[in-house]
Amino acid sequence: MIEFSQVYYHYQQQNFTFDLNIKEASIVAILGPSGAGKSTLLNLLTGFIDPVKGDIAINGKSILQRAPHQRPLSILFQNNNLFSHLSAYDNIGLGLHPGLKLNEQHKKRLQTAALQVGVEDLLERFPAQLSGGEQQRVALARCFAQHKPILLLDEPFSALDPILRVSMLEHVKSLAESEGVTILMVTHHIDDARAIASDFIFVDQGKALNVEKIANLNTSHQNISLASFLSAEVNQ
Amino acid sequence: MPGLLLSFGIFLFVSMAVGTLLTHSSDLDLAMIWSDSYYRHITKFSFYQAFLSTLLSVVLAIPISHALSRRTFWGKNFLLKLLATTLVLPVLVAVFGILAIYGNSGLLANVFAYFEINLPFSIFGLNGILLAHVFFNLPFACRLFLQGLNSIPEKQHQLASHLGLKHWNKFRLVEWPYIAGQIPHAAGLIFMLCFTSFATVMALGGGPKSTTIELAIYQAIKFDFDLQAGALLALWQICLCAILAIFIQKISRSALLSTNFQGTTNTFPHDTFLSKCWDMFWIVFIALLVVPPLAMVLISGINPKIWGVIADLGFWLALKNSIMIAVFAGLIAVVFAFFILLASRQWRLVGLNNRADKIEMLATIILVTPGLVISTGLFLLLREFSSFSSLSLYIVIAVNALMALPFTLKSLAVPMLQNAQKYELLCRSLGIFSLYRIYWVEWKSLKRPILQAMSLSFVLSIGDLSAIALFGSHSFSTLPLYLFQLLGSYQLDSAAVVSLVLLILSVGTFIVIESLFKEATPQTKRAKHD
Repeated sequence: MIEFSQVYYHYQQQNFTFDLNIKEASIVAILGPSGAGKSTLLNLLTGFIDPVKGDIAINGKSILQRAPHQRPLSILFQNNNLFSHLSAYDNIGLGLHPGLKLNEQHKKRLQTAALQVGVEDLLERFPAQLSGGEQQRVALARCFAQHKPILLLDEPFSALDPILRVSMLEHVKSLAESEGVTILMVTHHIDDARAIASDFIFVDQGKALNVEKIANLNTSHQNISLASFLSAEVNQ
Repeated sequence: MPGLLLSFGIFLFVSMAVGTLLTHSSDLDLAMIWSDSYYRHITKFSFYQAFLSTLLSVVLAIPISHALSRRTFWGKNFLLKLLATTLVLPVLVAVFGILAIYGNSGLLANVFAYFEINLPFSIFGLNGILLAHVFFNLPFACRLFLQGLNSIPEKQHQLASHLGLKHWNKFRLVEWPYIAGQIPHAAGLIFMLCFTSFATVMALGGGPKSTTIELAIYQAIKFDFDLQAGALLALWQICLCAILAIFIQKISRSALLSTNFQGTTNTFPHDTFLSKCWDMFWIVFIALLVVPPLAMVLISGINPKIWGVIADLGFWLALKNSIMIAVFAGLIAVVFAFFILLASRQWRLVGLNNRADKIEMLATIILVTPGLVISTGLFLLLREFSSFSSLSLYIVIAVNALMALPFTLKSLAVPMLQNAQKYELLCRSLGIFSLYRIYWVEWKSLKRPILQAMSLSFVLSIGDLSAIALFGSHSFSTLPLYLFQLLGSYQLDSAAVVSLVLLILSVGTFIVIESLFKEATPQTKRAKHD
């Protein structure tokens, strides 16, 4: 469904090459050491940066000519997902119309999404009046309200405590399954990947290995740097 | 990008004015100024008074800010607010207040007369200029130094008392570095403000002995009709200001941008009676400098001449012009700053800081070419047109907007850049662009700094005398000019009324804007549970 064909990118003396194929409705964890290129991979897909060479296609159609908001994906950042001067309602609404001109259908979708993530009673509040978890749930509601086939998670729950983090991820997983959404999630917690992902990609020194089943994510993996990355995590 | 166009427009506007000055002084050269003893004198005097004003303001601000930083007392907040107002106070209002205290028929003179002594000093001349400049700038320096002192972490105070650092040693080793960091920036700014001071010198300078270049330009054009000399002096002023600006830029690397002004508690268990007295002396000193003139404006403003002023059509016309000029100048200054910053922050986001600095510098060109110099250029340029007087209003608005622009740029630069850093990716991913972005993202979150910047430029413009000085006439006046004419013809009671009106207009604007936001800000209580 998502295809990176010989994608090449260059930034500050570091080279990145990605050649990947991600299947529909899978949940893919993107793993790797800091600075390896996890965020670069995501930014190429979202369109915040453009590749030097190669092509990125979704469902067989190249998306390189499209602006970020025209691509069939929604994003949850690590932070600054919400405009702090706008209420939760307005923040979700901006995902449906960039000028908040909402019609009846928009409003219905907004309410449904709020119900799905359980923030229906918090819609009048401003971000400062919400806890960290609630803030990310509001942002998640916006992603679901947008009804896009792909959801990108750039470590949105890393600031939450471990128990809350896993429960948020499981929530995302069940929602994604019921909506048939494909998820790409950057994470540096191996446990998170094991908890919800169906597949994983290991990014190392600007290169991505193949997409593999999550069951293969163990310290006896044949790739040496992946194996040592995993054992380092285990020893922590 | 509209920001680029606007910057270019500003540059064109200023170049036109300066170009006119150049053509008008073509057969003279700047060396002539140095060979003329009068011009040499006013140049020296400009530097001399600015130097003394800066020295007094900066040196006195050290013990005062130190005392303010470690003492709490009744009315401290009020005093700090007063200190913040003096820099934006209409110059002539302050001058009126100062005259009411120290003038030949002021409060002090009356007290002295009661004991049958003559006032031992004259307020006109260097004395008055210095007093007024210190009145404006000492509180400003105090606020800057206090900001520095308040940024000392509480732990450092505790560490100092733990190590037994007392009084002089604590000041020297802990507190002084925080003040010293502010001095180049503060001194540079104050020197520049005093060097180009116009209204103060015009009102309190006593004849040719104490005249600055800025005032000499005005006199050459308005009284001697010597356009060539006016143009030449204006060019001379640009050269000196440019040299000063470059010099100041060099010595003050980074201006203080932090806005956290809440202040930490200064713990010092080694308090003594002597240091209490020392601090009290300085707090009383600054209170006595700032409060009485302002109080006199309030008190003497309510007098029987109110009815005379209200009945005067000239007053209402001046009021109307002042408000119109201030509103439009404020609007223009904010809109220009907004679009210029939209362009420059986009460059900052991708690391083109040099380019961003340049476009912002272009917009603050007015710092090198004082308002009066620009007016002079435009005055000479437009003099030949028949519709000259009908353009006056627009010229005054434009010059006032230009003078306010550096302040609006400075106050909006940080919040706008922060907005971009926080929301750029989010906006791009949600497709929030152009007008939608300006309304929902920038305006909705920056309402407060935008309105504050606008009220600041409103207040600066409403009290300004330098732009109107050349263009004013019987049919076209503003409140400061009206007040100046009243002062010049010794109608002190009427002047008192107009001073009060100006004071209310300027300080009132601030209070109204502030109170608007007290109600509007949503409660920022944070939910603990999830």
